[in-house]
Amino acid sequence: MKAFQALISRDLKLAFRAGGEAMTLVLFFIMVGVIVPFAIGPDRPQLTRLAPGIVWIAAFLSMLLGLDRLFRSDDEDGSLVLLRHSVLPLEAVVAAKVIAHWLVTALPLLFATPVLALLLSMSWEQWGRTVLALLIGTPALVSFGALGAAVTVGLRRGGLIAPVLILPLCIPIMIFGVGMLDPMAGGGATLFLIALSLVVTAFSPLAAALALRAAGE
Amino acid sequence: MSVDTVKQPNWFSRLAHPGQFLNWTRHVVWPLAGATVVAFVVGLWFAFLNSPEDYQMGDMVRVMYVHVPNAWLSQAVYGVMFCAALGTLVWRHPLADVANKAAAPLGAVFTTLALYTGALWGRPTWGTFWEWDGRMTSTLVLLLIYLGIIALWRAFDDQLKAGRIVAIVTLVGALNIPIIKFSVDWWNTLHQPASVFTAEGPRMPASILTPLLAMMLAFTLLFALLQIVRMRTEILRRRADSLSRQAALQGGAK
Amino acid sequence: MIGDGMHVEFIAWAYAGVALLTFGLIGYVVWEARRVKERLAALDKAGIRRRSAETNS
Repeated sequence: MKAFQALISRDLKLAFRAGGEAMTLVLFFIMVGVIVPFAIGPDRPQLTRLAPGIVWIAAFLSMLLGLDRLFRSDDEDGSLVLLRHSVLPLEAVVAAKVIAHWLVTALPLLFATPVLALLLSMSWEQWGRTVLALLIGTPALVSFGALGAAVTVGLRRGGLIAPVLILPLCIPIMIFGVGMLDPMAGGGATLFLIALSLVVTAFSPLAAALALRAAGE
Repeated sequence: MSVDTVKQPNWFSRLAHPGQFLNWTRHVVWPLAGATVVAFVVGLWFAFLNSPEDYQMGDMVRVMYVHVPNAWLSQAVYGVMFCAALGTLVWRHPLADVANKAAAPLGAVFTTLALYTGALWGRPTWGTFWEWDGRMTSTLVLLLIYLGIIALWRAFDDQLKAGRIVAIVTLVGALNIPIIKFSVDWWNTLHQPASVFTAEGPRMPASILTPLLAMMLAFTLLFALLQIVRMRTEILRRRADSLSRQAALQGGAK
Repeated sequence: MIGDGMHVEFIAWAYAGVALLTFGLIGYVVWEARRVKERLAALDKAGIRRRSAETNS
């Protein structure tokens, strides 16, 4: 457990020292939200209606953008080989990295959502539900992202393939995440999203570790 | 001397050894090709000349004879790839990688055809080429998964490593397909309270069932044939690759 | 028998598209197989063959 915490704090330290990557991601997240009204027009009721979907798409794209650095730098400087032979099983290493990655890339987005809520004229209630949905759904997104990153870690041109592979798998998260805002079926969607997120977060470190082992052989 | 004490491999591992596979499939390809042609001739004869119009769908029922077989194959091929992925990960069987790699583009083509014929079927039946209907949407997602797997195969230089990694992705995809199907259905009922998809009844008269089964058999035989030919090609390609590598090594040593 | 129903063009397009893509797929598979066999033949001509080639085939 100590090694697990040490690994998380190492990744957090690395992320903060590397400087500003989390901030850049937040900037990108907000920019996607800013771009959309230019594309669909500044009609406020329409924006209100589309806002949760826009926020989800912005979160999706930001997660995909930050995904490549999950294992890539560790693979390049050789620390991934060391981690494979550490006291922790590789599955736990992946889980620790997923948690750290979530703290660095997904949590800041949640704090940036009020800006988007304001710009897209969301109601407070709508905003609260969207944040809740993102809070439940983003661990699953990061877990799928970890799988995509693990599968493409050995590829020099893997940057584009990982998003293409995991996007179809993420569709259910998107569906239930946006579905949570439906006044009629929102409760069911919340339960489905929680179940999905738990299952995905629990199982994807296993698959990702398997892929990392196969890539390292 | 000790030959007799060596444990004989069972029939499956004998058939599935790459060299043996090349040997026995050599005799299978042409008969299978013949059977495929015969099945298509019979199927098309039933589909065009020996089947009545459906009282509800009219002549559009004839589109079903190419739509349903492709829709069936789009899922069956993924089933084959799933078994191959298990073979790769559990038994590390050399032929399983080859089977997965051979099947992926075939599955993508059959899924494309299922979507294409589905769209042409939908235009007169529902008045639109594309409906965000549960079945069509999950078929589209399945196509995206196939394309992702093909892209992954092509991205790797080392095919042995690629085999294992693609197998993991195939398994994860297989576990996700039911979830995707379920979520898309859920989403579909959320946005469309009224069902548009009523054209298909569960009970089909024999006059429709016969051509349908004949065409399904024909397309399945076609898949089996193409799969075997592609697996042979892939084995031979790997052999050629290793031979050229050897030649390059020897050339360098001289 | 096929009648002169209302949607003949859709049926024609469906079968034409399926035929086109299916024959394209068959053509691709055959082309691919032939190319690999040519490569092997060229290697064989250059005297590069498997050690087991004499006994195996």
